[in-house]
Amino acid sequence: MTSAISVSGLVKTFGPTRALDDLDLNVQTGEVHGFLGPNGAGKSTTIRILLGLLRADSGTARLLGGDPWKDTAALHRRLAYVPGDVNLWPNLTGGEVIDLLGRLRGGLRKQRREELLERFELDPRKKGRTYSKGNRQKVALVAALSSDVELLILDEPTSGLDPLMEAVFQDCINDERERGRTVLLSSHILAEVEALCDRVSIIRNGHCVETGTLADLRHLTRTSISAELAGPPNGLANLDGVHDLVAEGNRVKFEVDSDKLDLALKQLVSSGVRTLTSQPPTLEELFLRHYEDAK
Amino acid sequence: MIGTALIGTGHLVRLALRRDRILLPIWILFLVGITYSTTTALEELYKTPESRALLGVTANANSAFLAMLGPLHDTSSLGGLVAWRWGVFSGLFIAIMAMLVVTRHTRAEEEAGRTELISATVVGRHAPLAAAVIVAGGTSLLIGVLQALALIGKDLDATGAFAFGLSTASVGLVFTGVSAFTAQLSENSRVSNAIAGGFLGVTYLFRAAGDAAGESGPQWLTWFSPIGWTEHVRSFGDDRFWVLGISLAAFVLLVGVSAYVVTRRDVGLGLLATRLGPAGGTIGTPFGLAWRLQKGSLIGWSLALLVVGTIYGSVAQAVGQMVQDNPALGQIVQQIGGADAMVDAFFATITQMLGLITSIYLVQAVLRLRSEETSFRAEPLLATPVSRWGWVASHAVFALAGGAVVLASAGLGLGLVHGLRTDDLGTVLPQMLGAALVQLPAAWVIAGVALALFGLFPQFTGVSWAVVSVSLVITLLGPALQLDQWIIDVAPFTHVPKYPDIVAGPLLWLTGVAAVLLAAGFAGFRRRDLTT
Ligand SMILES: Nc1ncnc2c1ncn2[C@@H]1O[C@H](COP(=O)(O)OP(=O)(O)O)[C@@H](O)[C@H]1O
Ligand SMILES: [Mg+2]
Repeated sequence: MTSAISVSGLVKTFGPTRALDDLDLNVQTGEVHGFLGPNGAGKSTTIRILLGLLRADSGTARLLGGDPWKDTAALHRRLAYVPGDVNLWPNLTGGEVIDLLGRLRGGLRKQRREELLERFELDPRKKGRTYSKGNRQKVALVAALSSDVELLILDEPTSGLDPLMEAVFQDCINDERERGRTVLLSSHILAEVEALCDRVSIIRNGHCVETGTLADLRHLTRTSISAELAGPPNGLANLDGVHDLVAEGNRVKFEVDSDKLDLALKQLVSSGVRTLTSQPPTLEELFLRHYEDAK
Repeated sequence: MIGTALIGTGHLVRLALRRDRILLPIWILFLVGITYSTTTALEELYKTPESRALLGVTANANSAFLAMLGPLHDTSSLGGLVAWRWGVFSGLFIAIMAMLVVTRHTRAEEEAGRTELISATVVGRHAPLAAAVIVAGGTSLLIGVLQALALIGKDLDATGAFAFGLSTASVGLVFTGVSAFTAQLSENSRVSNAIAGGFLGVTYLFRAAGDAAGESGPQWLTWFSPIGWTEHVRSFGDDRFWVLGISLAAFVLLVGVSAYVVTRRDVGLGLLATRLGPAGGTIGTPFGLAWRLQKGSLIGWSLALLVVGTIYGSVAQAVGQMVQDNPALGQIVQQIGGADAMVDAFFATITQMLGLITSIYLVQAVLRLRSEETSFRAEPLLATPVSRWGWVASHAVFALAGGAVVLASAGLGLGLVHGLRTDDLGTVLPQMLGAALVQLPAAWVIAGVALALFGLFPQFTGVSWAVVSVSLVITLLGPALQLDQWIIDVAPFTHVPKYPDIVAGPLLWLTGVAAVLLAAGFAGFRRRDLTT
């Protein structure tokens, strides 16, 4: 597999702020890659460097085999971008903006454009100043998704969309995946990344702290277990990897490192299990633990 | 009711003062400082009653002076001279101040969505408008009082000093009201400012046209202009304070109407309704987009200067007439070359002023780049195959070539009317087009400074307005203020050859300087980060 985006050791400072601090990021061709981090982590900065809008202080960035700062125009023919802050021209209608951005990228698929307008329930005849944040985002999304490009770079594209439109967005991204496009999706909406992404990179304070498939990242998480046993629990308290144990009579509740689950279950079974509920690790939890640890 | 509608005004006033803590002191310092230095300069120049009286005769016989500054009512004291030399401009500048401040804290805030945020807290419906009016109106009054004190500090008559200061303040108040109203009209702060600015321009022209031809002209026109009212106060002469009552009434009326409109419309919307537009577009190049964004301003400016040209063109002949009718002037006029030379001098002054005004258009066209950048609208464009060079060029062309169109319109207006009146269209029209277009290289230099700032020091792009103002003040007031020659030489318009003696040399090197500045701007922007 080839890399659509490969970034290593990227540093970017704004005066005293170190927005990116030795950042690595690797996105393979054809995958939907989640770029996850809290506000101010450096997601938008990374994306702007990839688009040649900002110049990195040091480190290397390659995009579709080219240098994002030098080969700007040639690379931009092959990608579409949805910014985090979409601001439209007050006097242009949404439809005019979609067509403008499409033409600048070298044309868009008419039929796809109409279909997307319908799916997103967007009226293209309204003037830019009258759109809400969500609708402005839809304009940028329709423009990007109806372009014929290899790579989509989306910076928190759903932050203004309601849940219904969020579902439409997810369908659209799945369509793009099937067409073999590469997608870099920055987000702090975990459910979205969980539902859509093949791989995820987690970034904090301008540094990539973790990257891999969702399955790869599970070793960092804990599963919550609550169970009713036949007799009093034994041995759980001393077991490696078990945390926050609460025992009341025959009931127990605890959390266990996901890779120690096996041992904990064996221990439970030895006491006889009546009922058992377990909650799988969510990305949310994984996320929290990374940022909790830092404090 | 009104009480609750105004809740939170105090907080908003403090917020506005904090946001403007640099801008407002600069305006105050500027308007008070020029009052003081003009007085000092005129005191040196016209020490004797005779010299003042002579100035009075020549000033009131010179249409260019009359159009630009209005009549000189009273030469018995230095104060009368100050009121004549500086009164109209003082009014123009304070009007711009009031306009920018009010729009910035009303419509611009609303457009940015911040009013919505604030309205959701404990802030009355009328509070944002009230706060803006208090800040702009209060600053106007403060400037007026300080101007009066500056004049009293120069040992001028206190009544006259307050008549002058309060006249300035009254223009500030009227335009506080005008902008409070235009802010209600459109959803776009740029449009609000354009309407208010257009009103300022038109009413300035009313008084210019009313004053230009002296007694024989349509002097009643000056009564339709807030700046005209300040002339009718006749500071240091009759000191007719009652005229200020008109300004005060206009202020109260405009603010009242605006406050009424506020209760009649939704936050974020304007009175002028927005309609649906086309579902698809035909724009497909950066230039196409720039044309769409800039054409309104280009057409508006061209039409405005065409009208200004027509007005000045129509009074030019009267300039010659007036000196012939005035025996006291006969000798002086013969010395400078007769009535024809007076008309030529009139055109030289007028075309220079038109050039200075056009430089405002050029800078505004260049600064569009910066506002596109800071509002995040440049980003999606530059993420397409559009090159940075192409994007900057798409707007810069409106400054460079657009400036030529605007100046040519002015020349066309001058030439057409003056040509028709003198029955010599064939020679006059090309002459006037030429006289207007020679101003272009100097205007390009100012645009070059703006583009260089944009490319190299984007955070300081706003300094371009200071450059425009300084160039305006130096060129118009420099000689009267007796500034050092090197300061006068810094202003590009100083070097523009005066009509009718057009020589190519200065035009070429001014163009060269502009080219270097533009190249620096382009190169700077290609190498820098996009910033907000
Ligand atoms: N133009 C800028 N000037 C100064 N600081 C900036 C600028 N852009 C971003 N930053 C800072 O860099 C950090 C990363 O910002 P950003 O990339 O926007 O984060 P994210 O998109 O993940 O929310 C933040 O601390 C932000 O304040
Ligand atoms: Mg961001």
